[in-house]
Amino acid sequence: MMNIRFKSTKSRYILNAAAVLALYGVLYAMIENGILNRYAAGLLMTAGYNIILAVSLNLAAGFLGQLPLGHAGFMSVGAYASALFTLGLEMDGAVEFPLALIIGGLVAAVFGVLIGLPALRLSGDYLAIITLGFGEIIRVVILNLSFTGGAFGLQGMKRYSNFTNIFIFAVITLFVISTLIKSRHGRAILAIREDEIAAEASGIPTTYYKTFAFAVSAFFAGVAGGLYAHHLCILDPSTFGFMKSVEILVMVVLGGMGSLIGSVVAAFGLTLLPELLREFAQYRIIVYSLLLVLVMIFKPSGLFGRYDFSLGKTVDDLFIKLRAPNKKGGA
Amino acid sequence: MREPVLNVNNLGIRFGGLQALDDFNIHVNNNEIVGLIGPNGAGKTTVFNLLTNVYAPSRGSINIEGVNTMGSRTHGVTKAGMSRTFQNIRLFKNLSVIDNVKIALHNGIRYSFLESVFRLPSYWKQEKKATEKAMELLSRFDLDRHADSIASGLPYGAQRRLEIVRALATDPKILLLDEPAAGMNPSETAELMANIRKIRDDFHVAIILIEHDMSLVMGICERILVLNYGLIIASGTPEQIKNDPAVIEAYLGQQRGE
Ligand SMILES: Nc1ncnc2c1ncn2[C@@H]1O[C@H](COP(=O)(O)OP(=O)(O)OP(=O)(O)O)[C@@H](O)[C@H]1O
Ligand SMILES: [Mg+2]
Repeated sequence: MMNIRFKSTKSRYILNAAAVLALYGVLYAMIENGILNRYAAGLLMTAGYNIILAVSLNLAAGFLGQLPLGHAGFMSVGAYASALFTLGLEMDGAVEFPLALIIGGLVAAVFGVLIGLPALRLSGDYLAIITLGFGEIIRVVILNLSFTGGAFGLQGMKRYSNFTNIFIFAVITLFVISTLIKSRHGRAILAIREDEIAAEASGIPTTYYKTFAFAVSAFFAGVAGGLYAHHLCILDPSTFGFMKSVEILVMVVLGGMGSLIGSVVAAFGLTLLPELLREFAQYRIIVYSLLLVLVMIFKPSGLFGRYDFSLGKTVDDLFIKLRAPNKKGGA
Repeated sequence: MREPVLNVNNLGIRFGGLQALDDFNIHVNNNEIVGLIGPNGAGKTTVFNLLTNVYAPSRGSINIEGVNTMGSRTHGVTKAGMSRTFQNIRLFKNLSVIDNVKIALHNGIRYSFLESVFRLPSYWKQEKKATEKAMELLSRFDLDRHADSIASGLPYGAQRRLEIVRALATDPKILLLDEPAAGMNPSETAELMANIRKIRDDFHVAIILIEHDMSLVMGICERILVLNYGLIIASGTPEQIKNDPAVIEAYLGQQRGE
């Protein structure tokens, strides 16, 4: 009798790694063979950094329980920082690009701490307002500085982003945030969402962990910005406005606050949907708002609620289900 | 040997025009069980909120085993060795029962962010230890079979017990229990009250127990403080309290008023 079990953590890691590699292999082959044309491949890459944006925002919104409205601000900080970095240096791309992404992430994280520290001391609504203000201020500042290219934006970045490195960074983001959630640091973050006073009374330094979660969230938004900057190779401050922040928030809410798989599916779906409905492109915001209203009415917790996807468990369950009728047949 | 674990002097707070607590003094020794009673709105919960700095006291001093915790954040007070339960249960509702306890073990676990992200051996070792410790505490309160249930799904009495488990998980020297039996049925109440002395002995903690029902505390506490309108109106052994005219007046006055 087959006895495949994914109880042990090691076998689960191997299973997950295999699944990720398989997914990568299939998509990569489809792009190489032209089954997915350039346009489709480009969409896939857009979906990739949208996934990073949604998953990272979910850390602050779904797991920490705050309502940040300036995620696009962190994205733009990361985009400009990494673009200025690669523009200013003459280095090998294999060294320069990962470095640029990390720098983009770190600069965004620093902004995350600077915004988070005062905002997170106050309660929920203030944070929403302060982050909203931050997103707009950053946009206006970038618009008026000379080294960011002002309204003309930045261009001339090398096209470093490709399917492979976007895929890798999306996987890293998912990996880091999902492992973070299952550690003592992640439990502290969840405790704050559940009840801040009880978290403090349980010995959790809540201001520290709020700022920490906020910084990690901003870090990955910055990385996504870096990927974006070296994919489009042109940065225009107006693309990082309030509507972009709302778009990311819609992905998180639609997928489910606190569900990583939900963010992935929603980010993917909301990247493709407007493209499939090309003729309705100008109604995109209306479609988003409508989707949000419908979700709030029919499933307020989002498509996936707080569901945590575990491949190991799913495969286990599948085997149990498959085996059950066999046993009946044999008896 | 009895040594003082908690020294509180001249604690007070105003809420707008209301002096909710004034000139409050309490000294608790190692392994002592002190009762804090008084009619509705007397200021009992306020005492706990001030001791744990959920509200910042307007004045006074708080000392836990020689450490001044006046002005510390709540988590600092917890680290100094004082933990509490809440009158209106404050569990981490959407999390599992065992995670509720593991959250309170936070400061006993030492691995860093990077150690957890890269899943280094120290992560696995300490997570395993934390799980074992949590299970041990849960089974001590007959909650181990609920370990993986969501906290809000527990029966009421079990939620109250889980709050005590969570408070004990922070490894306190002094435990503040705010009406731990509120809402329990009589048999649960009797069981819990019988358990309180055992908690004190097993975990070597001092306990301050808030309880509405005077007769309940009488059996357990070695010493009782009576609050009324934010002031201590009596303190002493249960015998002394029972016969104190001011206490009788406060409780009778409340009954007349109701
Ligand atoms: N945050 C607050 N703001 C304003 N007034 C408050 C606040 N907290 C408590 N009070 C007031 O302080 C007084 C004491 O309240 P407290 O909760 O300490 O009473 P208690 O003795 O615990 O009563 P009970 O037996 O009903 O729990 C009450 O009059 C209450 O209304
Ligand atoms: Mg009270």
